[in-house]
Amino acid sequence: MTSWIDIAALDDVPPRGARVVKTAHGCVAIFRTAQDRVYAIDDACPHKKGPLSEGIVHGTAVTCPLHNWVIDLQTGMAQGADEGHVNTYEIKVENGRILLDSTRLMARTAA
Amino acid sequence: MTCKLVVIGAGMASGRMLEELDTSAFDITLFGAEPRGNYNRILLSPVLAGEQEFNEIITHDAAWYAEQGITTRFGETVVKIDKKKKLVVTPQGTTPYDKLVIATGSASFFIPVQGNDLPGVVGFRDLDDVEAMLAAAGKTDPKAVVIGGGLLGLEAAAALHKQGMEVTVLHLMDHLMERQLDPAAGYLLQKELEGRGINVVCKAHTAAILGKDHVEAVLLEEGDLFPADLVVMAAGIRPETRLAIDASIRVERGIWVDDAMQTTAEDIYALGECVEHDTVVYGLVAPLFDMAKVLAKTLQGQTAAFVPPMVSTKLKVTGVDLFSVGDFAEGEGREEIVFRDPARGIYKRLILRDNKIIGVVMYGDTADSGWFFDKLKSGEDISEIRETLIFGPAYQGGEMMDPLALVAAMPDSAEICGCNGVCKGTIVQAIQDGATDLGAIKAVTKASASCGSCSGLVEQVLAVTLGDDFQAPAPAGICACTDHSHEDIRRIIKSQQLKSIPAVMQEMSWKTSCGCHICRPALNYYLIAEFPLDYADDLQSRFVNERNHANIQKDGTYSVVPRMWGGITTPQELRAIADAAEKYNVPTIHVTGGQRIDLLGVQRQDLPAMWADLNGAGLVSGHAYSKGLRTVKTCVGSDHCRFGTQDSTGLGIKLEKILWGSWTPHKVKLAVSGCPRNCAEATCKDLGVICVDSGYQVSVAGAAGMELKQTEALATVETEQEVIDLAVAFIQLYRESAAYLDRPYKWVAKVGLGWVIEQVVDDAENRAALCERFEISQSVYRTDPWAEQAKPEYQTNKWATLADLTLEAAQ
Ligand code: SRM
Ligand SMILES: Cc1cc2nc3c(=O)[nH]c(=O)nc-3n(C[C@H](O)[C@H](O)[C@H](O)COP(=O)(O)OP(=O)(O)OC[C@H]3O[C@@H](n4cnc5c(N)ncnc54)[C@H](O)[C@@H]3O)c2cc1C
Ligand code: SF4
Ligand code: FES
Repeated sequence: MTSWIDIAALDDVPPRGARVVKTAHGCVAIFRTAQDRVYAIDDACPHKKGPLSEGIVHGTAVTCPLHNWVIDLQTGMAQGADEGHVNTYEIKVENGRILLDSTRLMARTAA
Repeated sequence: MTCKLVVIGAGMASGRMLEELDTSAFDITLFGAEPRGNYNRILLSPVLAGEQEFNEIITHDAAWYAEQGITTRFGETVVKIDKKKKLVVTPQGTTPYDKLVIATGSASFFIPVQGNDLPGVVGFRDLDDVEAMLAAAGKTDPKAVVIGGGLLGLEAAAALHKQGMEVTVLHLMDHLMERQLDPAAGYLLQKELEGRGINVVCKAHTAAILGKDHVEAVLLEEGDLFPADLVVMAAGIRPETRLAIDASIRVERGIWVDDAMQTTAEDIYALGECVEHDTVVYGLVAPLFDMAKVLAKTLQGQTAAFVPPMVSTKLKVTGVDLFSVGDFAEGEGREEIVFRDPARGIYKRLILRDNKIIGVVMYGDTADSGWFFDKLKSGEDISEIRETLIFGPAYQGGEMMDPLALVAAMPDSAEICGCNGVCKGTIVQAIQDGATDLGAIKAVTKASASCGSCSGLVEQVLAVTLGDDFQAPAPAGICACTDHSHEDIRRIIKSQQLKSIPAVMQEMSWKTSCGCHICRPALNYYLIAEFPLDYADDLQSRFVNERNHANIQKDGTYSVVPRMWGGITTPQELRAIADAAEKYNVPTIHVTGGQRIDLLGVQRQDLPAMWADLNGAGLVSGHAYSKGLRTVKTCVGSDHCRFGTQDSTGLGIKLEKILWGSWTPHKVKLAVSGCPRNCAEATCKDLGVICVDSGYQVSVAGAAGMELKQTEALATVETEQEVIDLAVAFIQLYRESAAYLDRPYKWVAKVGLGWVIEQVVDDAENRAALCERFEISQSVYRTDPWAEQAKPEYQTNKWATLADLTLEAAQ
């Protein structure tokens, strides 16, 4: 089951950028690509917890601001030779609003 | 008794539905708000452009309605549906129905700004709008502003331009038609329209429409003002759903319908742009015509289901070829094939997933669009023809050849280098004589020495001839997105006047659609340096420190370093720093190697407030994070020191006040020492000044970081002003010609100190010109970014979290 929470307008997130949503178990970064795709992943790099929301967004990836690991926004997987991954969350845009699936968020907290 | 069918809206969707219907089985009444029957709305653009007459685009005339026995009530707007009594209400009276069809289409969306209701502001939806626009075009020296650079807006703009109006398109997004085109194609389109004389402004936020009793101008939030006799609202359409909402019929974005086009109300159906089917609202006719077929069957009691078709887009502007279909975003498991020919203005991009085409964007040459569209719709596996796919059907069918085999099969007489007339045999001979790489072949045969376009072929000849001994050279590009060097990129930005990142990527054949963390910051810098007045800094292409104007730390906190001009401070400044440190719980205060104070461990969300506090005490950003001017270290000089020969502190402060805020290829540090004892360590800086009795020794290109290098003499001069001019000219020359991330010492090693001296010391005129260009740039950048980013709008747009779900998830 999904339970969508309206978190913000799409335009609140800059294209090729990210903003952060606070949750009970840490920050989730909401990314918007050049093509207006949105993705939600944990805002902590698998390397040393760098804030991914502050990285440079290109294609559907973000480069971590601390040591340049490149993380795929759709899978949360580190790219290239680096190994590791971050959690991803269901997210969608409807009528210009960004909706985040809260069931997953809660499941993670409970887990 | 025949079924009473009432249709609301005499537009394209209901028109097609009536054509499909066996009208003899119904008693039909057709209401239309417009005082005319159905016409081909799509062709309003050519009518506006004067290419077609209105009567040529009428699809159903009075004779047709009469023949079908349809009662037409044109010019009569339905204001209410009474579900219980099964009748519709118009100002003229009530009309009962057995079955009702809502086909009210959409209405132009008027962006909610002051003045949007002034006379002279029109939508682009029906003939009345077109007539209003043509009336405005008839004035003397008429000016139009079109708000919205999508399909509708651009068709209006091109048509109005053709009618002799001076046209400006204001578009909110980064590039035109962003829903149908990727940035590269959007850029080509913009270039084409600008070439025709249409003014295009992207990222334009309309603040207000101005005028007393008629529009006079459009004002942007950025402050720009565009005079206008006509404003066309083409910023989007809204499904016309009011009747359904008032009748408590389910409405999402459009009126909800099932596969049979039935609404949630009994005997009420809907089709066209006013409906939403399976969460999608359509704005092009192809799917609406499919709906028309389905609804005609449903009304006749047959079963039929609407299957959403794939819709493609073309822009109807004469001379602009553009096509897009499917999903052209990047994404997981997706690959792209890109073809660019900047000289001919051609761009094609196929998006593939699982060896199938899922999206197509074409610009400039759309001849093969049908072929690609067919492949997309059929879901054909294209792996067999992948290598030549992008070249279209003309290149298919022949024997597929691996490029190396092709080269191997070439005869010795085949010409490889057109510029220098070098044939394959000559190159093979050179290889056998010991030339084993591209450089050597270039030197011996001149092949690829001119335009270079054959270097790939030369390398293939090398590979074929040498076999496994051939080492393919790594591409010289600045990153995996391009094969171009920094120098080439700078040269081309300048010579072609490329003023945006997509423009550079398009013209220089970037291999990715939006670059990466290596090329984007470099391009952003080159554009800032080349077009300080025109180019808007792209924050999303900045490394975090420069985007947030603070240095990120290993734990995600930041450091804050206020400027202390020339290392001089005051009790008030120190007190303000101490207060800020306490107020924002700064864990570490460090005195830096740059003669100022670093407050480390500041939380991100505290930055703007802390900056505002520091600004209050007159402190500004020290740019300790920037590829820009960092510090100007000084010693106490002649004011206090018994050896001081000149006012080194004063000169250092002057230099810092002139140079601060400027962006450079890498960081720049200066120092001024009052005598050759050199307490300010001036001889290991990017530019250092040593004061002596007779004047000032200026030296450059030192380093004390990963490399240690003493500065080299630039010139010895007598006055402070001369020092300042030399420093400014040197830094501007560095800004204009160095590769991004080369410190001055690396750049000077590449270009040669002799050349630098020629440019900034020997040639007084050139020096003055460099200083003047620096000053033009500083007219924009000599400001405090902290003061800017502490403003309230940044608080909501940037610093605040997007949402707080801590309570939500805890429940
Ligand atoms: C704060 C400071 C150390 C200190 O506490 O004293 C410092 C701190 C950093 N230095 Fe430095 N450097 C500091 C003076 C220096 C100096 C000495 C000087 O300026 O006189 C040098 C050698 C001189 C030189 O630049 O050539 C220096 C050579 C470097 C280098 C090597 C540069 C090179 O071209 O080799 C780097 C790495 C880089 O920039 O790529 C670096 C990079 C850094 C960074 C920015 C690393 C990073 O990217 O996060 C550190 C940021 C810490 C922070 O969050 O504030 N820092 N750094 C000094 C700040 C000076 C200031 O007031 O702005
Ligand atoms: C300038 C322009 C160019 C276009 N170019 C293309 C193109 O190239 N390709 C493409 O596929 N599509 C194009 N379109 C879109 C296409 O015209 C529409 O998708 C199509 O017309 C929608 O059909 P419809 O029947 O749903 O609505 P419409 O054709 O808009 O018809 C709805 C009718 O209902 C009337 N109405 C509304 N409310 C009431 C009421 N309460 N009572 C009585 N009548 C009412 C309206 O006045 C209108 O006449 C273009 C549109 C425009 C305006
Ligand atoms: S010397 Fe190294 S560790 Fe120390 S501040 Fe400079 S960059 Fe950081
Ligand atoms: S923390 Fe992200 S790369 Fe090191």
